[in-house]
Parts: sequence; structure tokens; C-alpha cells
Amino acid sequence: MIKIRNLTKYYGDLCAVNNVSFDIKKGEILALLGPNGAGKTTIYRILTGYLRPTSGNIEVMDYNINDHMMAIKNKIGYLPEAAPVYKDMLVYDYLDFVADIRGIEKENKMEHIKELGDLCGLNEVMHMTIDELSKGYRQRVGVAHALMGDPEVLVLDEPTAGLDPNQIVETREIIKRIGRKKTIVYSTHILSEAEATCDRIVIIDRGKKVADDTLEGLQKSLKKESFEDIFMKLTKGN
Amino acid sequence: MQNIKHIFRKEFKTYFISPIAYIVISVFLIIIGWLFFSTFFLEKQANLTKFFSLLPVTFAFLIPAVTMRLFSEEINIGSYELLITLPVSFRDIILGKFLAAVAFVTIMLIPTIVYAISTSFIGDLDWGPVIGGYLGAVLLGASFSAVGLLASSFTRNQVVAFIIGMAICFSLTLLIDFVLFFIPDVFVGFFQYLSANHHFQNIAKGVLDLRDIIYFVSLAFIALYGTYLVIEEKK
Repeated sequence: MIKIRNLTKYYGDLCAVNNVSFDIKKGEILALLGPNGAGKTTIYRILTGYLRPTSGNIEVMDYNINDHMMAIKNKIGYLPEAAPVYKDMLVYDYLDFVADIRGIEKENKMEHIKELGDLCGLNEVMHMTIDELSKGYRQRVGVAHALMGDPEVLVLDEPTAGLDPNQIVETREIIKRIGRKKTIVYSTHILSEAEATCDRIVIIDRGKKVADDTLEGLQKSLKKESFEDIFMKLTKGN
Repeated sequence: MQNIKHIFRKEFKTYFISPIAYIVISVFLIIIGWLFFSTFFLEKQANLTKFFSLLPVTFAFLIPAVTMRLFSEEINIGSYELLITLPVSFRDIILGKFLAAVAFVTIMLIPTIVYAISTSFIGDLDWGPVIGGYLGAVLLGASFSAVGLLASSFTRNQVVAFIIGMAICFSLTLLIDFVLFFIPDVFVGFFQYLSANHHFQNIAKGVLDLRDIIYFVSLAFIALYGTYLVIEEKK
């Protein structure tokens, strides 16, 4: 589904992503983990067309990021970190705008927005400005933004950061529910959450890939029991 | 094409959600109304020449205030990332935002038609220069909007975007006219061609010269293309 090959990104002299390659299979939930500043967000930004890689390539369903970015953008729903959305717009107006850009036809638009409202629990705040919403609700607007138009791939950058425990559980439930039909890449700092939801784990540290396996695979190869120990060994040791 | 419309609609709506639209329109009408009418009855002439001669300078500091948020605010709050990662091309984003600003400037001009109507009651108003003047005003407003959009794409800080935009617009109106006094005669024609004020006053006389229209269209095109290069470079 997604092939990332020798991806490298420099910001000036700083190497944010260093020769990273991995694949994401169709229907898989992949957790991309790593300490802050490891380069996860940079990888997402290249995958979604926000940044251009210094070298390397990404293919999404045989589309190449250099030549067919628009086709790839049509396939990907993206929730950036902290869900930065237009603060002075009404929730409904915002979702309506995203639906228009996603090319959803007029007849289906209302229904689709309603569906997403149900799924993300937004129906009671549809007519409030985004500015008035709490962080949890804003995050849900971001999730609805990512799901608009039913994209095949979802890229979620720390979807549960800054949420309270109830909201974390709810968001995790949403991810699991939609994950049955979609390919999802997401990151989190809550390791138990990754453990509970994902099929495979890729760990990045200082721009380099340090692990790419299932949790059982990592437990076996590193002879460690808990996920925390595995994470610390991989990202702190060197 | 569809996407230009969607971006346009969103931007245009946003102008009227925030207070900025109402503030800019009020300031515009107060300043230009005051300056126009304060000497209107002394001159004893039933025309809008004074009004149109004030427009370039007024636009030079008001239009950058209209356009300063278009990119700066998005870059600052991060919604720029959402916009860029949606399936919409840079061209559509730029044109949508640009057209929203032009529509806003046009709406800002509409109340001033009252000046023309009330002048026509007082004396025998020649409508040719008035129509020319409004056409010129829209062209001037469009090219300044493009310049303001370019300034807004440079920075995440709206105040900086405003100052850059205003500096460029002022250079195109006042500064060049001022320079004309000090340069050798051979260069006067060249510098005069660069002056937005010069071309605008030509149209406002009621003379539609292709050269003046080409000037405004090319100024807008250069600024919009510059904006494209700036946001392309940000990747």
C-alpha cells in the first residue's frame, strides 16, 4: 500500500530523517513511535505533501509523491499534531468546506457530515465556533477532517495528546472502529495504547529507524518483557 | 476551478466573521469621505477628481490590512498544514484568496457611489471619468491585493506582512512620484511607467488606454506568481 524508500530530510544542516525505509500494508494499523524530535512528524509531512524530501521516495498505491501528489492527497486523511483548525469558523461550516474541497457531491454532503458528526460525537457542537470548543472537541473536529471523504489511508499524528483519560479511550475506540476498513499510520507517546491498537510497530530515533516488527517479535528478539523496556533500550541506549 | 470557488467562499466569509472587515470599511469611508468633502464646496467643481486622486494612497495602507492575514494567520496557527495537505493545488489556493480580497475591496468601494450620486444633484456630473475611475479603482485594488498577498506569504507575523505590503504599495504610489523630481529627464518616462498612481490617474480621467490596464494586470500577475514561488519554496 505505502512504500517508503530511503527517505531523507534535512532542515538546513539538521538531519531530521535519515535514510528511513519501511512498508505499510493494506488494512494495517501501524504505530510510528519514537521520542520527541525523532522525525515522526517530518515523515508524516512528507507523506501528506506538506514537505518535500531531500532525497528518497514514497509510493502510495503506485502513485509517486514527486509526480502524483494530488492523487495521493485524495487517498490520505491527515490529522496534524494538535489539530490546528480555523478558529473563527463554525464546526459545520468548517466540515462543509473540507467536504467541498474533497469533492463530495451536494446531495451526499449533509448526510456525510452527519455521519462523521455521529462517529466523532460532534453533533451537539456543530453550530459553535471552533474557538469555543474544548481541546478534546477540537481534536474530534480534526479527526472528522481527516475522515472526510472516506480516504483509504489515515495519518494521525498523536491523536490522543493532551486529552483526558475518557477522551483517550473514546479516540482509541474510534481508531479501532475505523481501522477495520482502513490503513492507519499513527503515533502516540502512550505505549500501552500502541500495544492495544496496532498491528505493527516502527520505532524511529534521531531520524533513523531502529525497529520494525510486531510487539511479540520485538519482545522475542530483545528478550524484554515490557514495551517500556523495549522502547527505552532502543531509543536511549545509543 | 471548483476549488477556487470553495477557497474564495471560505475566505470571503471569514472576512465578515472577524471584526477586521467592518473596521477597515469604516476607516476607509471616514478617511476618504472627510478628505473628499472637506474641500469639496470650496473648489466649486461637480466632479470626483479629488476623490479618485486620494484612492491610491488610501488603498496603499488599507489593502495590506485586508490581505495581511491571508497566509500569515494560517502559517501562524498551523491551519496552513491542513490546507496544503488537502487535495487542492497552490494555484487554486492563491487565486481563491486573491479573488476574495478583490471582492472585499470592491464591496468597500460600493458605498462611495453615494458621493457620485450626490455630486450629480449639485452640478452637471460627467459620468465618463466616474465609471473610468471605478474601473481603475478595482484594477488598482486588485493589483495591491496581489502585492499584499505576496507580503502575507513571506511571514507568519501579520504585522510584518502589513508593513511589507504597505511599503511596496507606498513605493508604487508616492515614492516613485516623489523620485520624479530628482532624476534626469531621460529616466522620467521609465519611472513614470512604474508608478501605479500615474496609471490610475490616466484611467480616472476616463481614458481607457491598454497600457494602463496591462500595467495593473502584469503587476497582479507578478505578485501572484511571486506568491506561488514563495509557498512552493516553503516545502
